[in-house]
Amino acid sequence: MSEPILRLTGVNKSFGPVHVLHDVDFAVWPGEVTALVGDNGAGKSTLVKSVAGIHTADSGLIEFRGKPVTVHSPRDAADLGIEVVYQDLALADNLDIVQNMFLGRERGTPWLLDEASMEQAARETLASLSVRTVKSVRTPVSALSGGQRQTVAIAKAVLWDSNVVLLDEPTAALGVAQTRQVLDLVRRLAEQGIGVVLISHNMADVFEVADRIAVLYLGRMVAEVPTDEVTHSQVVELITAGRSGDLGLARPESAAI
Amino acid sequence: MPKADPSPPRPVGAISDFGIDTTVRTTRQAGQDYVARLRGGELGSLPAVLGLIALVAVFWLLSDSFLTLDNTANLLAQGAGKMIIAMGLVFVLLLGEIDLSAGTASGVCAAVMAMHYVKAGNLLGGMGTTVFAVFAAGLLLAALLAIIMRIWAGAALSLLAVVIAAVGVPANAWYSAWVEMLLAVCVGAAIGCLSGFLVSKIGMPSFVVTLALFIAWQGVILQLIGEGGVFGIGGQHVLFDVANGSLSVNASWALFLIAAGGYAAVVLGEHRMRLRRGLVTAPTPVVFGKVGTVAVLGALATLALTQNRSPNPDLVTIEGVPYVVPIVLALLAAGSYVLNRTRYGRHIYAVGGNAEAAKRAGINVSKIRASVFVVSSAVAAVGAIVYSSKVGSVDPQAGGLNTLLFAVGAAVIGGTSLFGGRGKISHAVIGGLVLAVVENGLGLLHQPAAVVNIITGLVLLLAATVDALSRRRSATVGG
Repeated sequence: MSEPILRLTGVNKSFGPVHVLHDVDFAVWPGEVTALVGDNGAGKSTLVKSVAGIHTADSGLIEFRGKPVTVHSPRDAADLGIEVVYQDLALADNLDIVQNMFLGRERGTPWLLDEASMEQAARETLASLSVRTVKSVRTPVSALSGGQRQTVAIAKAVLWDSNVVLLDEPTAALGVAQTRQVLDLVRRLAEQGIGVVLISHNMADVFEVADRIAVLYLGRMVAEVPTDEVTHSQVVELITAGRSGDLGLARPESAAI
Repeated sequence: MPKADPSPPRPVGAISDFGIDTTVRTTRQAGQDYVARLRGGELGSLPAVLGLIALVAVFWLLSDSFLTLDNTANLLAQGAGKMIIAMGLVFVLLLGEIDLSAGTASGVCAAVMAMHYVKAGNLLGGMGTTVFAVFAAGLLLAALLAIIMRIWAGAALSLLAVVIAAVGVPANAWYSAWVEMLLAVCVGAAIGCLSGFLVSKIGMPSFVVTLALFIAWQGVILQLIGEGGVFGIGGQHVLFDVANGSLSVNASWALFLIAAGGYAAVVLGEHRMRLRRGLVTAPTPVVFGKVGTVAVLGALATLALTQNRSPNPDLVTIEGVPYVVPIVLALLAAGSYVLNRTRYGRHIYAVGGNAEAAKRAGINVSKIRASVFVVSSAVAAVGAIVYSSKVGSVDPQAGGLNTLLFAVGAAVIGGTSLFGGRGKISHAVIGGLVLAVVENGLGLLHQPAAVVNIITGLVLLLAATVDALSRRRSATVGG
């Protein structure tokens, strides 16, 4: 894949006096998993929210399929096919899987929902992701395990023919087996040609599924490298110190000159 | 807008890939699933139904006159007003909000309706110029707020109330009673627009807003009726018959055919469609069992209520299903349809379950939050028509005292959660029946008001306990 599906160039974002993102460049390629890593407060969430339309970047360029776009609201992002799967999942516990997957975009007329079509589409989507752990698509979400909820949240993003899916810490609260399921799912998303962004603190997960790794350090993008060109410890160094050997920020003494 | 294309372009695995997903279960499995759900804490209205049966049995044993036809019909008419208010409250409770003003708001509607009748359509004369001006300005303000919130139905009803108030319908026209009832509902909707705006746009807690309005509406009722005053509406036969009249025997059977037949047609039609398209379905015997039970119980009830139930059968004949039954059934059907089949209903459940998720899904949370107050107050106005009709008059206490608390109690006893997200319209009906049985039964046993209140309170406490315990249970099971 030569052309990134989503490219951010020189994005800045401040909250009052706090300059959270400094000239961030970031690109997402279709069919690839890009891991976005960084310490707490590095600006990962702000970057994601700028893409998702929850925050608007102060300056900088966002290009989608090579064309400059503006993303001022979640609706704009959804129109471009950019979906965010939040850490806290954003599912309604009292609704079942089908109802959650179609929430806000129900099929049918406002006065008569087309339950049959929604149920079939939900089942097909889950099947296409080889989800085998859900007993019935009419199970209320409150009865699902953490991994199953994550699966539903991700499948919801797939259902909408998304082009870019951003996953915020999808494995943070999961056990070993459930993490396994979700990581498999992340890979399958990429195989379907979606540009996947995985935000994670877990280096093992990142090295397992990511094709490239982007490291944020205090609001600056210090490295964007293919996963097989870096080692585990180099990435940790980049996260904690902002540089590692030739990678990352220039050394302070050379920067001072 | 991402397209909702029925044929997804992505590679679609065979349906059989979707491992353990089951669509058709056997009756046995369905039974096991139901027991599992009960154990998981999803009790629904089961405790209320069991409680209702137990209460009826107890009163039947203790009092000879309890399970007579006359008393049964009377009980239905007595309980219907609060039951209907509870049906509207379910919408508010589903969001985890509360409408404490529904009772006195319904009283305002009743007072306006009764004044319209008593003053022969001349509200200006009845209220005096100043009060009428404030009244009209309030309705216009409600309409304006509804337009700001883009709740068109609320705006239309508020404006209709202004028109009816201004035009002044001739007193003796055959339609004047119907216009009066429409006016009550319109005023209810306007009141809902006000409270909805304050809760959702200003952002005050619904408890505070509706507590303040509860007190304010009480004052409004007093202003309209006057200290120690009373508006008699018993002389208007349409208004009086709402809660005291009955369908003719033939009409009763027609009602049975429409209600039971309609229910069967909807349930069986849906079942057939789901089986044909391979969707998740309940087992066929269970579906037929449900339809059959409704048909048999409906037929028995119709048969019983079409007997002459007059205490003096030689002097007068009282027979037929009371009008309140079709009123409650129509509201039940309409409410269930809105909550289960429409986008609006789906969004109400979503906002009640997880407002943040609903917001991120693009649902206009504040509009939904405001609209449920409009529904609640408008439906409460229907309740007001029924309870005013039952007593044949409207006094300054209309909708006051325990009306609201009983209505909330009915919804909660039926199984609607005060924490939002869980509840059905039918819960209000079942809970309303429980409270009506308690009130009526203890009355027949000549218990003083003290005992009635204590027992009613204990029943409500029991219901709230069941709600809290089952929530705790489902939290641990689902967690």
